[in-house]
Amino acid sequence: MQRVFGSINIKSWKFLLTAAVLIVWIYCYVANGDVTNSVVASGMRFGMPLALASMVGIMCERSGIVNIGIEGTMLLSGFTGFYVASYTKNIIIGLIIAILTGMLTSFVHALMTIQWQMDQIIAGTIINILASGLTSFLYKEGSTVPNTWPIFDIPILSRIPFIGHAFFSQQGPIQYFGLILIPAIWVLIYKTRWGLRTRSVGENPGSADTAGISVIKVRMINVVLGGAIGGLVGGFICLELVGSFSKEFTAGAGFTALALMIFGRWNPMGAFAAAILFGLAQALSTQLQIFGVNNIPNQFITLLPYVFTILVLVFSAGKVRPPAAEGKVYKKEEA
Amino acid sequence: MKLKITRDALVPFASVLVALAIGAILIAAQGHSPVQTYHVLIVRGFESTAGLQATLSKAGILIMSGLAITVGLRAGLFNIGAQGQVLSGALAATYIGYRIHGLPMYIHIPVALAFGALCGALVGGFAGLLKATRGVHEVISTIMLNSIMAAIVDYLTQNQFRLKSQPNTRTPDMLHSARLPHIFGYPTGFVLAVLLAIFVSWVFKKTTTGFELETVGRNRSAAWYAGISVKKSIVLGMLLSGAIAGLTGGLFSSETTGYFVPTFYGGIGFDGITIALLGRANPIAIIPGAILIGGMRSAQSAIQFEAGVSPDLINLLLALVLFFATAPFLAKLIRSNSKSITTTSGWGS
Repeated sequence: MQRVFGSINIKSWKFLLTAAVLIVWIYCYVANGDVTNSVVASGMRFGMPLALASMVGIMCERSGIVNIGIEGTMLLSGFTGFYVASYTKNIIIGLIIAILTGMLTSFVHALMTIQWQMDQIIAGTIINILASGLTSFLYKEGSTVPNTWPIFDIPILSRIPFIGHAFFSQQGPIQYFGLILIPAIWVLIYKTRWGLRTRSVGENPGSADTAGISVIKVRMINVVLGGAIGGLVGGFICLELVGSFSKEFTAGAGFTALALMIFGRWNPMGAFAAAILFGLAQALSTQLQIFGVNNIPNQFITLLPYVFTILVLVFSAGKVRPPAAEGKVYKKEEA
Repeated sequence: MKLKITRDALVPFASVLVALAIGAILIAAQGHSPVQTYHVLIVRGFESTAGLQATLSKAGILIMSGLAITVGLRAGLFNIGAQGQVLSGALAATYIGYRIHGLPMYIHIPVALAFGALCGALVGGFAGLLKATRGVHEVISTIMLNSIMAAIVDYLTQNQFRLKSQPNTRTPDMLHSARLPHIFGYPTGFVLAVLLAIFVSWVFKKTTTGFELETVGRNRSAAWYAGISVKKSIVLGMLLSGAIAGLTGGLFSSETTGYFVPTFYGGIGFDGITIALLGRANPIAIIPGAILIGGMRSAQSAIQFEAGVSPDLINLLLALVLFFATAPFLAKLIRSNSKSITTTSGWGS
């Protein structure tokens, strides 16, 4: 446990925050179980795409590449996934195409940043602008997908009191898949040879190179793998959560995901926890609106996620240490 | 030397041609005529007098938003969310424009524009302050501030600042004394923008402040060793960038529309990014790109009505131009040695 969440310090404000959330959750559960369950479940639905999107950032940045093109990757893959699913009347093909699109988009990012050694933030911006231009130009109204993914309960796990309903009930398959994928990425980064290589390339590419690791290859593969996850998120949103494609549906989520990645200290489990917390806050504010706290104008409720994102960074950004070689072009020294 | 300069200028030119070629294929794929579409684009944007006037007006605004991004890039800051600053500046200038009565034109216009710049500077400066004190990277904070400002501006336009007699959401009209005049139908804003570009260029070439900002942008630790306050420069860079973005919004209200509707300003801040990157963050070199994009933007609705092509074509063309102009393969083909721009990298403060 300690390895997963970093060293747990009772006085750390993150620990206190988690404890406070747990206490409020238990209190609400006792007071009104159904509403609490639905708020927590919708928090999971808000949080999972963000958690997965921050995995894209982690995969890239652990190997030293800053990817602010997550937004564009999700937009493009949601687009192709949705229209292919609509055309073939098959959402599985749609999802596969979404993942492939994500990989292709990230490959372009990798070409720009690794092969051509462009500035990484500008490269990501170009990906975002290209994705937005392409999808808005090719957008056609009135397409539908035959069906979205089924929503189901996981047999035994959903019966667990308290957490069962929140995590294992009334969600679609990609949502559940995320619960497996995120720990798997944690294992990949911290427990495998590949992960060790990735981290060494992200921290000190010079010594990694000396040790015989191909910096370019490791970075390329990580960025493209990250793109596959980005494609999955695009497909997840357009084919499972929403069931349609709308222009600019990402609405800054890619950047929020980066903030959550920083908050979670580039650790998959940390980013996951941050994303769930974020999703809960959003679900709670939506619920407050339903409960009729009417004196808050609608515009201000919709801007809460953005305020949360800034707050998340205000409390974490200066204190964490990003991978050391992040954002820097690696040039092999001539012998 | 001379040869090199012409080769560098060839890169954006070639990328426009490549983008238009790819655009033509996509237009044809949608069943429209690329020849007709580009004909409309050229006639509406650059050939007719009315088209040229609209283009220059738009170009003036885009030069300014390009300058906002350029100032940031020079100081090593990527003000990707200039859009929020444009919005706040536009609403602020509009408010001064309709609320204060009895001022002569030569006072009213500067006051309105200055107030717009001030509000833009507050938003940009806030992001700068977050970066300098808490290490919050401006790419994330300004993107979030975009959405926050859009919501605040929307709320104000629907409530306090609303013209109640109209069914649609808009502010009252700015008074005549706050509207930038046109000279023989040609916009004065364009002249102002060019003057501002020359001024910014001067600041970076000749002044200590400009030198300090640029040093911090190039190498933060070297600047620190040289005794330059890095934190101050970060805040100042974002303040200036935000102020120019706010001025952009104010200029747009004062010159073009005369009242404020949130949806009018869509894309000005983002086009500024494209323009600044095309001009490689050089205040003077961004001007031709801004005129080109101004022409495409002002012909945007015409290509829908006259050629039946989605107006989002312009977004696509601009994205392609940006891609081909910044990715090095066209430059290699032309054998230009222009250096690519770097921003700050990584999320650390």
